[in-house]
Amino acid sequence: MTTATTSTASSGTSWLPFARRRAVRFATSLWALVTAAFLMIHLIPGDPVREALGLTAQPDVVAARREALGLDDPLLVQYWNYLGDLVRGDFGVSLVSGTPVADLIGDRLPATVQLAVLAFLVVVVVAVPVGVGMAVLTKGGRRRGGELGFTSVSVVVAAIPEFLLAVALVSLFAVTLGWFPVAGNDAAGSWVLPVLALALGPAAVLARMVRVELLSVLGNDFVRTARAKRLPARLVYLRHALPNALTATLTLGAMMLAALVAGTVLVENVFAWPGLGSTIVGSIQQKDYPAVQGIVLVYGTGVLLVNLAVDVVLALLDPRSTIREA
Amino acid sequence: MRRWLAVARTPVGAASAVLLLLLAGLALFAPLLWGEQAGAIDTDALQQGSSAAHPLGTDALGRDILHRVLVATRLTIGLALLATVVGVGTGVVLGALPAVLPRWAGRVVTAAVNIAVAFPGLLLALFFAVVFGTGTTGAVLAIAFALAPSFARLTQTLTASVSGRSYIAAARVSGVGRFRVLVRHVLPNVAEPLVINATLAAGSALTAFAGLSFLGIGVQAPSYDWGRLLGEGLNRIYVSPAPALGPAVAVVVAGLAFNLFGEAAAAVLGHRPPPVRRGRPAPAPSTVDDVADEGVLTVRNLRVSFPGPDGWVTPVRGVSFAVREAEVVGVVGESGSGKSLTALAVSRLVEHPGVVTADRLEFLGKPVEGTPDRELGTSLAMVFQDPMTSFNPTRRIGSQLAEVSEQHQGMSRKDAWQRAADRLESVRVPGQRAKQYPHEFSGGMRQRAMIAMGLMGDPRLVIADEPTTALDVTVQREVLRLLGRIRDERSTAVLLISHDISVVQRTCDRVLVMYAGRIVEELPTAELFTAARHPYTTALLAAVPTLETDRDQPLAVIPGRPPEPAEVVAGCPFAPRCPLADDRCRAEEPVLTAVEAGHRVSCWRVEEQQRSALAESAGSRGGTT
Repeated sequence: MTTATTSTASSGTSWLPFARRRAVRFATSLWALVTAAFLMIHLIPGDPVREALGLTAQPDVVAARREALGLDDPLLVQYWNYLGDLVRGDFGVSLVSGTPVADLIGDRLPATVQLAVLAFLVVVVVAVPVGVGMAVLTKGGRRRGGELGFTSVSVVVAAIPEFLLAVALVSLFAVTLGWFPVAGNDAAGSWVLPVLALALGPAAVLARMVRVELLSVLGNDFVRTARAKRLPARLVYLRHALPNALTATLTLGAMMLAALVAGTVLVENVFAWPGLGSTIVGSIQQKDYPAVQGIVLVYGTGVLLVNLAVDVVLALLDPRSTIREA
Repeated sequence: MRRWLAVARTPVGAASAVLLLLLAGLALFAPLLWGEQAGAIDTDALQQGSSAAHPLGTDALGRDILHRVLVATRLTIGLALLATVVGVGTGVVLGALPAVLPRWAGRVVTAAVNIAVAFPGLLLALFFAVVFGTGTTGAVLAIAFALAPSFARLTQTLTASVSGRSYIAAARVSGVGRFRVLVRHVLPNVAEPLVINATLAAGSALTAFAGLSFLGIGVQAPSYDWGRLLGEGLNRIYVSPAPALGPAVAVVVAGLAFNLFGEAAAAVLGHRPPPVRRGRPAPAPSTVDDVADEGVLTVRNLRVSFPGPDGWVTPVRGVSFAVREAEVVGVVGESGSGKSLTALAVSRLVEHPGVVTADRLEFLGKPVEGTPDRELGTSLAMVFQDPMTSFNPTRRIGSQLAEVSEQHQGMSRKDAWQRAADRLESVRVPGQRAKQYPHEFSGGMRQRAMIAMGLMGDPRLVIADEPTTALDVTVQREVLRLLGRIRDERSTAVLLISHDISVVQRTCDRVLVMYAGRIVEELPTAELFTAARHPYTTALLAAVPTLETDRDQPLAVIPGRPPEPAEVVAGCPFAPRCPLADDRCRAEEPVLTAVEAGHRVSCWRVEEQQRSALAESAGSRGGTT
């Protein structure tokens, strides 16, 4: 289409401030995250090394480990070193295994990312059509029964936390029916249950949001204009109403997508998924603080990236989006 | 308190309240009743599955899991509530701080809350679990601090919405300190939404706690809550699912009880609209009024009804008129008189649950009901009141025009865009602005673009619903002139709806005056100021200020207000506001009848005057001959 180039030029003036503002916000949040991760070790009451190595550890071993971690330097020096290490990609060394935390993360991260991305796709692919369908079917107070059924089912599904859903799915489909493996990520079938456990709750919430938002958008003047043009219902819904409903849905749903990232921790533990989630819990229990610190950073950054992506999509969807302007 | 009782009267509220009471009972009494059984070690029954003696099986020490689940209610619910109270308290303090702290410190707190609130609760809980150490205390604090940021945000939002109110301002002006204002005036007014959200938060705290215990970083042995029991059960889910499913169900049910009660409270205390009545509106009584000749649009006895809480409401009650080719017909009336709804009904845009009936509703000689979309889309153009909201904000103006031709005239996208640019030019909008978004257009430009959209086809009728109300005066004139030009150049008929009688007078050939869902007078515009008969029309005219209006006198107004569409009024609906009304007016509704060619009035008093005038002229004629 020939119109694309000129139009980005005409409406492109607002892009630069948007990018600048959003970059500043991302940087600030990232800084807060890194600082929180750094302070985590120092906020722990008592000596983290002593905690990690146990009461029986020799004092000289503890002192050596403290020395190696730089825990005896002034706090600001430690902070500066920590930031420098991070920039170089050095996340420290695991207290338990002695391997670099960066290697541990590199090893475990892919499985978690794959799980989260797949679950996210399932959420979108299920929630949007279901939400749109329910909105169309229940428009103007039609099919009260259907609406009630849909709302109750989605409320109940959404109220079940992902790890309990995971347990239910395992006991039904893996243990009783034997359709899918109980744990691991070796076979293709082993993806089904973890992804479902992660995706069903958010999908239910999102479908409900899409329905509510679409119904409210359908009351807008421009939808009446589209109907006055006698466009087929399909175009009225998909071309005119849905993009506007999605902006509102996405604004509300951003938090949920971020929560999905955190939800992988629990689900991975149910399915013994070889990702970061099972690692971080083990590390917390073993008080392997550098590992916990590194993994918390990775999860936090993941959440920030999801929020950033949502804002960019919002700005793309809605040319006069408040996100771009305010 | 009575308001909260109303929550328990809804089905969901009642069910969840019963569940909550049951949980409270279990939390209080289960440890007393079954504490012993729950701790009884039975080496003969280690790690059993479900059986009659042990419905949920036994654990590694042979203890009965059902009893353990029941007994664990106290610890689970207690810890969840404790975490909620600490979390909500911390959040409210954090959220209220900016109102009391010095400005810079308030900003820092707000910024910190904004950053923290972007992270999911579970992640925050894990972080704090590391800081506070694994174990019960650590987990309570972790979950409390994970809840706090969202409550801080909520408190801020609620506080901000309340602090604009006049009683807060009054308190400030009278010198009440900031802290006192906060505690005495602001917080009590945001308490209800906070409590509702705290109920919902208790549900999430409960499941989050179960999650931490399940992961082994919450409650530690020998204590046990549902999450811990679940974790123990999951290890042998291969062998028997019951030991894991029991606590899982308990967590879900309890979480749901808190959630549903919170939702029900939000629904009841938030005043959602009551459900709509079913059925169909009463059939329309036939009217005796007549419509003149055929034309572009013929409407006879049009009624529009909507279901209301107390049965059907009929805001348009038997409207009849016609619009001829190249004619500009105005419809005036106060808001709520049914004029816009008439326009929507005529153009088949009233949606479910609205019901439109008419003895005749024909466009270009064919029933509107059966006219294909292609035909309506090209020959009936609509212009709506608010040009700021009538375009889709997410699509380019050009594409919104072009889709008419793509849909109904089989044009390629390129040709349709070309036509869109051309039509925009014809309303004096530069063609290249087709590529812009609506927010890049001024209000007057958008309204002209809206008219250009109607010109994509070959409109025989333009229905313009308050097309100038949202525009300033100079732009108004431009839009009205444009409508007139279209009529002149294309012989297109125009139905112009307006509450502004001077706009109608300037633009239209004929005027329909609507009141309470009916046409009360119809007359040529030229006769508006000289021959208007209905007391409502004359009152409307008197209310229009002109250059001759005496500015020392207050502006003429019509006393009273029009009846609501839901009110059923006996007699003439204008009678309560009419200086001429008599007993008949209050008892019997008048019918629209012709007083002259092209002039119809619905008023008993006008009819009487007419009759007596006739009699008089007959009498005087009798006298002279």
